[in-house]
Formats: sequence, structure tokens, C-alpha cells
Amino acid sequence: METVSEQIITRSEILPIRTQIDLVHVRQRVRTWLSEERFTLIDQTKIVTAASELARNALEHGGGGQMEMSLLAVGARKGIRLKFSDQGPGIVDIAMALKDGYTTAGGMGLGLGGSKRLMSEFDIQSSPGAGTVVTVTRWK
Amino acid sequence: MERIPILRIGSLLLVTIQVDLYDDLALQLQDDLSTRIAELGATGVLIDISALEIVDSFIGRTLANIAAIARVLDAETVVVGMQPAVAITLVELGMSLPGIRTALNVDLGMEYLRQAATGGDGVGTDHYAE
Ligand SMILES: Nc1ncnc2c1ncn2[C@@H]1O[C@H](COP(=O)(O)OP(=O)(O)OP(=O)(O)O)[C@@H](O)[C@H]1O
Ligand SMILES: [Mg+2]
Repeated sequence: METVSEQIITRSEILPIRTQIDLVHVRQRVRTWLSEERFTLIDQTKIVTAASELARNALEHGGGGQMEMSLLAVGARKGIRLKFSDQGPGIVDIAMALKDGYTTAGGMGLGLGGSKRLMSEFDIQSSPGAGTVVTVTRWK
Repeated sequence: MERIPILRIGSLLLVTIQVDLYDDLALQLQDDLSTRIAELGATGVLIDISALEIVDSFIGRTLANIAAIARVLDAETVVVGMQPAVAITLVELGMSLPGIRTALNVDLGMEYLRQAATGGDGVGTDHYAE
């Protein structure tokens, strides 16, 4: 018989995203967790890069916000979930924003599409005036 | 403000990034390098990123900007020492860093720049002479 394991949060922490230095802290903190949890170097690099992109979006497009990071366990399987939220202007056309090369700020337009590729799961909730929440997960 | 040091070796400039690169620091480096290239008439710029644990779209864009500015000032840029995990991630992110020449380490990067500066960049006709 198959046992369905419940997903539990074994660790969690909230970091502010208000300044450029906060972006550095976000990268360092995510890196520390991942290395403590023994994610591979390539996984660490992908996840930290995605975190950097999404934190910068929250800062630059969303006017600042926070990241909540959680360590997940489903049975013996571990994962990390990063949730970025801001109370900024939100995104009118999410499908458009996800396209590579689409930017309203003179960037490369790679942050959203790129972090989606770098992570296992990607979810974005946003509407004009209501801010943006991007949640990404990567399993070990 | 904090600055990343720029070393001069003959007509080349060498930058080794050893700190956490926050955005303004990267932009400051872009400005400083542009100024130094023009002041010294440098022919090549070597940027050692072996200590960088990630290159995101912002840092990637800054490196591309530096290479573009240097080219306009008649200098070539080589980015050296990118960690394999960083290279894999950059490609998945969607950044191919067009226009940026890379080398595995500082020695190879320097060798390339020295040859490029003396015109020995492989376009000579000597191989076909005779
Ligand atoms: N948190 C956010 N709040 C409001 N708008 C956002 C947010 N995140 C992304 N966007 C919108 O989606 C667009 C695409 O984002 P993406 O991160 O892909 O590219 P970029 O930030 O413009 O450039 P890059 O990340 O490559 O430097 C942004 O230009 C912006 O219009
Ligand atoms: Mg972005």
C-alpha cells in the first residue's frame, strides 16, 4: 500500500528586502541554508541566482518587500521554498512579464522566466494595485 | 564608497572581484574601468570572477556593458575563471553573454589579450604563405 507523506515545514525564516545590501544578505542566507542542507553546488548556484532575481524584482519593481524561506520535507525528500512578497504596483499582464526579453525597466527581461527555469515549481500571484507574490520551490 | 581595485599590468587592466557584488558596486566598477581605460590607453581588460558564486542578470548585464564600453575605447575584455556551476546557471537563466570573451584562467586570458594587442589574433595570412 502506498503511503502518502505529508509536506511539513522544518525550518523557516523571514528576511527584509529593502536595500541593495538586503539583496546580498538574501543571497548569503539562502546559500548558507542550502550548504547546511547539503544541496549540490549546482543546485545551490541555481537557487541563489533565482533568489537574487526575484529579490531584485521585489526591490526594484515592487518597491521593497520580504522573502520567506522554508525548508520542506515530504517523507525523506527535502526541498526549499522561497516566497517573495511586495505591496508594489503589481503586474498587469503576467504572461507577458514571464516572457524572456520583456522588461518595463530597461533590464534584460530574464528574471522571471529565468527563475522559473531554475526552480522546480513556480507560482506568481499579482494584480494591479495589490502587489506581487512569487513562490518558488526546488526539491533536492 | 567602497571600490573594487583595478591593477595595471603594462597596457592591461586587471580586476579581481573578491567581494559580494552589490549593484552599486558593480556600477562603480563599470565607471572606474571606463575612466581608467581612457586615461591609460589600456588595450585590454581582464576581469577575474573566479570568486563570484553567482552571476545574475544584473551582474551579467554589467559585464556586457563593460565589454561594450571597452570596445568603443579600443580595448578588449576577457572574463576569466567563471565557475562551472555559474556557467550552467547563466545558460539556464537565458544569458549567453554575447560579445564577452571568456578564458579559463588569468594566464590564458592575458595571453589572449597580449596576442590580440599585437595583432596576432589568428587572422594573419602567414599560415597560407608560400
Ligand atoms: N515584483 C514585481 N512587481 C511589479 N512588477 C514586476 C515585478 N516583478 C517583475 N515585474 C514586471 O515584470 C517585468 C519582467 O521582469 P523580469 O525580472 O523578467 O525582467 P526585468 O526585471 O525587467 O529585467 P532583469 O530581471 O533581466 O534585469 C519587469 O520589467 C516588470 O515590469
Ligand atoms: Mg528582474
